[in-house]
Amino acid sequence: MKRTSPSLVLAAWLMLFLVLAALPATAQGLKVDITRGQLQPMPVAVVEFQGLSPDAATRGKEIADVVSADLERSGLFRPLDRRAFLDPAGPITVWPNFNNWRVVNAQALVVGATEFQADGQLRVEFRLWDVYAGLLLTGFTLSSAPANWRRVAHLVADEIYKRLTGEDGYFDTRIVYISESGPAQRRVKRLAIMDQDGESHKFLTDGGALVLTPRFSPSAQEITYLSYFNNKPRVYLFNVSTGAQEVLGDFPGMTFAPRFSPDGNKVVMSMASEGNSEIYTMDLRTREVRRLTNHPAIDTAPCYSPDGTRIVFESDRGGSQQLYLMGADGGEAKRISFGEGHYGTPVWSPRGDLIAFTRIYQGRFAVGVMRTDGSGARILAEDYLIEAPTWSPNGRVLMFFRQQPSTAGGAARSRLYSIDLTGYNEREIMTPLDASDPAWSPLGAKKG
Amino acid sequence: MYVRILSLFAAVVLLAGCESASTSSQGAAGGGATTTLGQTAVAPVGPVPGSVDDMRVNVGDRVFYDYNRSDLKPESRAQIERWAAWLTRYPQRTVVIEGHCDERGTREFNLALGERRANAARQYLLSLGVAANRVTTISYGKERPTVAGNNEAAWSKNRRAVLDVRS
Repeated sequence: MKRTSPSLVLAAWLMLFLVLAALPATAQGLKVDITRGQLQPMPVAVVEFQGLSPDAATRGKEIADVVSADLERSGLFRPLDRRAFLDPAGPITVWPNFNNWRVVNAQALVVGATEFQADGQLRVEFRLWDVYAGLLLTGFTLSSAPANWRRVAHLVADEIYKRLTGEDGYFDTRIVYISESGPAQRRVKRLAIMDQDGESHKFLTDGGALVLTPRFSPSAQEITYLSYFNNKPRVYLFNVSTGAQEVLGDFPGMTFAPRFSPDGNKVVMSMASEGNSEIYTMDLRTREVRRLTNHPAIDTAPCYSPDGTRIVFESDRGGSQQLYLMGADGGEAKRISFGEGHYGTPVWSPRGDLIAFTRIYQGRFAVGVMRTDGSGARILAEDYLIEAPTWSPNGRVLMFFRQQPSTAGGAARSRLYSIDLTGYNEREIMTPLDASDPAWSPLGAKKG
Repeated sequence: MYVRILSLFAAVVLLAGCESASTSSQGAAGGGATTTLGQTAVAPVGPVPGSVDDMRVNVGDRVFYDYNRSDLKPESRAQIERWAAWLTRYPQRTVVIEGHCDERGTREFNLALGERRANAARQYLLSLGVAANRVTTISYGKERPTVAGNNEAAWSKNRRAVLDVRS
């Protein structure tokens, strides 16, 4: 498995149950094409995971519900209403009666079992079947602390997604963002974290200091962000496990717009001095600071390419805010955005082939993507104010925030949304309060 | 209005009884308005001389910018010249210039633009003889609008630099 290190509680992770051993390597079975918008999502039957005890049965239903919700939100699958099932509670060990699933038009069937073991662990087993071919496609068994049941469900959904699309899923991930409340003039902003489906929500700061632009480290154990603590806007690190906050470096001016390097060893950011913003890196191990740009224009919003060799950033050195590319050590910068309007907030796709951006044109904002040479720019969503795209770890979905026009005296409603790279399947991400500046974690990140 | 405020202000100064000399030159520096010290004592309701309220009410604490611009307009230069005069009068004061933007830019760019705006005001203030160590800057980008609204009337009020008296 190429997944990054799973949590300790899931150390028994993916004893990738080789129920598949008997499956011919050439078997293709079902396949979902995720490169285009799905006008007809694949109908999937997700049966309540069976449990012998009432507690296990209840948790089994909840796990199936989370799996269903993940699959549904992806826009690629259409979980079927369980009330239509002819076999509502078939044991996982029994070969399915595929006729009963064909009758309800299910193309794929997900069955599972849950058990609270004597050692206190929650054991979850699942299997994915191709209903029409009558083939077992995948399945696994894993044990975890019972409190991690949501994560187990997301891992099941990721495995289904991967088997049916051929690409990694993105359900076992988290979102760090800025929670907002209060009037526009005195907006209270707090760092907050949640699962990608909005569950397990937690505030990380108390709102005493203005905070902005959080981003995950590659391990998702740290968050780098901007805090106005003591009225000194500086880049900070937040440790997700311990809750410790630490100012990054000792800079004479405002530091802002931070992001981790792909290896997690550096933070790239801007520092303002005498009104001029330049891009710097700080090595987190040696604390060495390097200046990468040297230009009287604004240079900010830097983001590494996934291979760590290049940095895309925004600058108004050409007269208006546009996107530029340079090497990871600085040097000559090449403009890549040439469309009408201003371009900002560049974010390199985890797949390396695209750069997401915010465009401001004729007073309206749009979120879009372009190839890394600036060609093929495509707008995914446009509105009064939408901003700050962030990529799902598989590079297939973007999240951003949308702020409604503010009315005199009132605060502007601001919420998070996800949209497929295809431009379809826009979904609101539910948050307790208003929200902005989302950042998507890597896949399989450890939980704090 | 301006004269009336100054009259109240002068009365307060009389009660305070210590800075009347500097106050008497306030009118001339404050744009040509003149006043004489009040003859009758009134309740001390005006801003304390040299205070942040004094700056805001009697001098004016902000200058405005065009969209995406940080250059100082003629009226902004005149306002900053009043800041310089006030800072000359109260040499113990240190100030922070806050740079702000309207909401029609991206977040990081606005942080940089707010810094650029605050610095433009600061540089002009320094050119007028104010010591550099008395004037710092902070950018709030688009985080602290003064007017909520989605039209130019609101935005033009939010694209500003504000002089805040810190100590």
